[in-house]
Amino acid sequence: MTQKDNIRFVQGNEACVEGALYAGLNFFAGYPITPSTEIAEHLSERLPREGGKFIQMEDEIASMGAILGASLTGKKVMTATSGPGFSLKQEALGYACMAEIPCVIANVQRGGPSTGNPTHVSQGDVNQARWGTHGDHAIIALTASNNQDVFKITVEAFNLAETYRTPVIVLLDEVVGHMREKLTIADPDEIPVVSRMRTSVPKGVDYHPYLPREDGRLPMSDFGAEHRYNVTGLFHDMWGFPSNNPKVVSELLRHLVDKIENNVDSMTYYKEYWLDDADYVLVSYGSSARSAIHIAKNRRARGVKIGVLELQTLWPFPSDMVREKCANAKAVLVVEMNMGQIVTQVKSAVDNPDNVFLANRIDGQLISPTDIKTILRMIQGKGV
Amino acid sequence: MTTAPFDFKDYIRNRFFPHIWCPGCGHGIVLGSLLRAVHELGLDKNEIVMTSGIGCSSRISGYVDFHSLHTIHGRALTFATGVKLAKPGITAIVPMGDGDALAIGGNHFIHAARRNIDITAIVMNNRIYGMTGGQFSPLSGLGKKATTAPYSTIDNQFDVVELAKSAGASFVARSTVFHAIECKDLLKKAISHKGFSVVEILSQCPTYFGRKNKEGDAVQMMEAFKTNTVKIGSKKLEANPDLIQRGIFVEDTQKAEYCAAYDKIIETAMKGNA
Repeated sequence: MTQKDNIRFVQGNEACVEGALYAGLNFFAGYPITPSTEIAEHLSERLPREGGKFIQMEDEIASMGAILGASLTGKKVMTATSGPGFSLKQEALGYACMAEIPCVIANVQRGGPSTGNPTHVSQGDVNQARWGTHGDHAIIALTASNNQDVFKITVEAFNLAETYRTPVIVLLDEVVGHMREKLTIADPDEIPVVSRMRTSVPKGVDYHPYLPREDGRLPMSDFGAEHRYNVTGLFHDMWGFPSNNPKVVSELLRHLVDKIENNVDSMTYYKEYWLDDADYVLVSYGSSARSAIHIAKNRRARGVKIGVLELQTLWPFPSDMVREKCANAKAVLVVEMNMGQIVTQVKSAVDNPDNVFLANRIDGQLISPTDIKTILRMIQGKGV
Repeated sequence: MTTAPFDFKDYIRNRFFPHIWCPGCGHGIVLGSLLRAVHELGLDKNEIVMTSGIGCSSRISGYVDFHSLHTIHGRALTFATGVKLAKPGITAIVPMGDGDALAIGGNHFIHAARRNIDITAIVMNNRIYGMTGGQFSPLSGLGKKATTAPYSTIDNQFDVVELAKSAGASFVARSTVFHAIECKDLLKKAISHKGFSVVEILSQCPTYFGRKNKEGDAVQMMEAFKTNTVKIGSKKLEANPDLIQRGIFVEDTQKAEYCAAYDKIIETAMKGNA
């Protein structure tokens, strides 16, 4: 019997671990919290085997601080958490935006607010991922509905973090994180991996850690290497020195936002099912998308022209792509497990927001195909 | 070690000056002692990462020509832990104020000490929040006046040395800015020590603590450091047990350092012995 050792039967959290290691993760700091803990558990075993470092910190804030310090030494870093811990990480996440430190934060969502519904599914942190930290800023958040995609988007999260020197959030949910299914680990070089871009400025020549090149990228210099510079959460000039000069402040803020918002296309990941002639478009993401795909397939078999747009990039929200995909729809049904967080984005993206409806579930249970079917039938005027 | 003459200009960033500290502030003396310690140890500036949080004291990291990481309030030790564990060859120095280290950062302080990770933590203790304008800190102590204690404080204070000792720091020392040479020598030992080192340096804030508590100007406050403190075990303690002791309280070279211990984990893991 031959057996490929790159095929596993694992939880989504393990798929995230495999993706992170594939992308070159070599430093993880975390704190136990359901339903993300398996990520820390597996990395505590895996990282030292490959010479990487794992540390369990005293809290979520400390975990965030530790990964940012490690990233500045040249490591690829990640932490993992769920809602309450994600709340605690927000100040340091903003620091990573401001100081432009590459890092990946996995948030395996559970029900909130507060301690909420620890072992049950929710997608209630979508807007927190966007606006959890204070002040104007841009953010990247990716999500996925199955193990293979969790692996892929985790690799892409690291790539985007390095490319744009920014925190990237991998926004999973409890169902995806805990569900076991097949995962095929990509062969080396199958998915491109972006390495840390380091400065070519030689020793003794003035290095500007915060002066973007023409292409917007900022090559880094590791702590411990020959360029000694200042890193701060204060507004700062091209040397990293604090400044409250109005020009410096506005230019830096614009840079931090523009480097993400002007490159939406390069960070937009999505999948589509049966959209070509779809009268009804289900827009969904994460585990909700599994039910959306299921019911669309089921309705298609009964002659309903229905398709699914599965979002994998939630932030920056890919408005242009969504508008285009929904342009010919009689109705757009946004399927999510919250009180309507992505539906507002879809409404602002499309030409006719009155045709956009919410199919949601907020009780800690996975939204079912039947839940979606019920709302679809009401929109179709068929009643339940 | 070096015996070359010390020139502070070799260790500071001119671009960052003038500094933000008030006239009479003790923090500049800490900076001077620290730079002299680094110089006398002959450390390579590229090997030093100075990590700080937020507050008057925390601005020290910007003034020095090392790798510098000016982070968020109270969390400097967490960032430094990441730096040090990721790259153990780095000399990690973390200057903090009393509020930064022991109020908002208190949990990180005891846990860094518990791990015994090779970081030198300097608590620049002026017993007040200076940057925000003179509120009491966990080191102000009872019966002090502050802008948030107009009727005087009812909050007890931490003893930094006792806290660091019981949390597991393997090097614990205390001095004052009046004793600048002693500070330098203690900092040299703390930086050379392999493990978590805590050096508490009593510093004066004439602008807020001194003024609110009628402790006089900077000179008078520094003189008080001379008269109110003694070397560890001094006979003067028999007559006045309230005198604050200075010197090295703990120097444990046997305790396992965290990064070294993790290297052994890597060795074990690579052999496949989970």
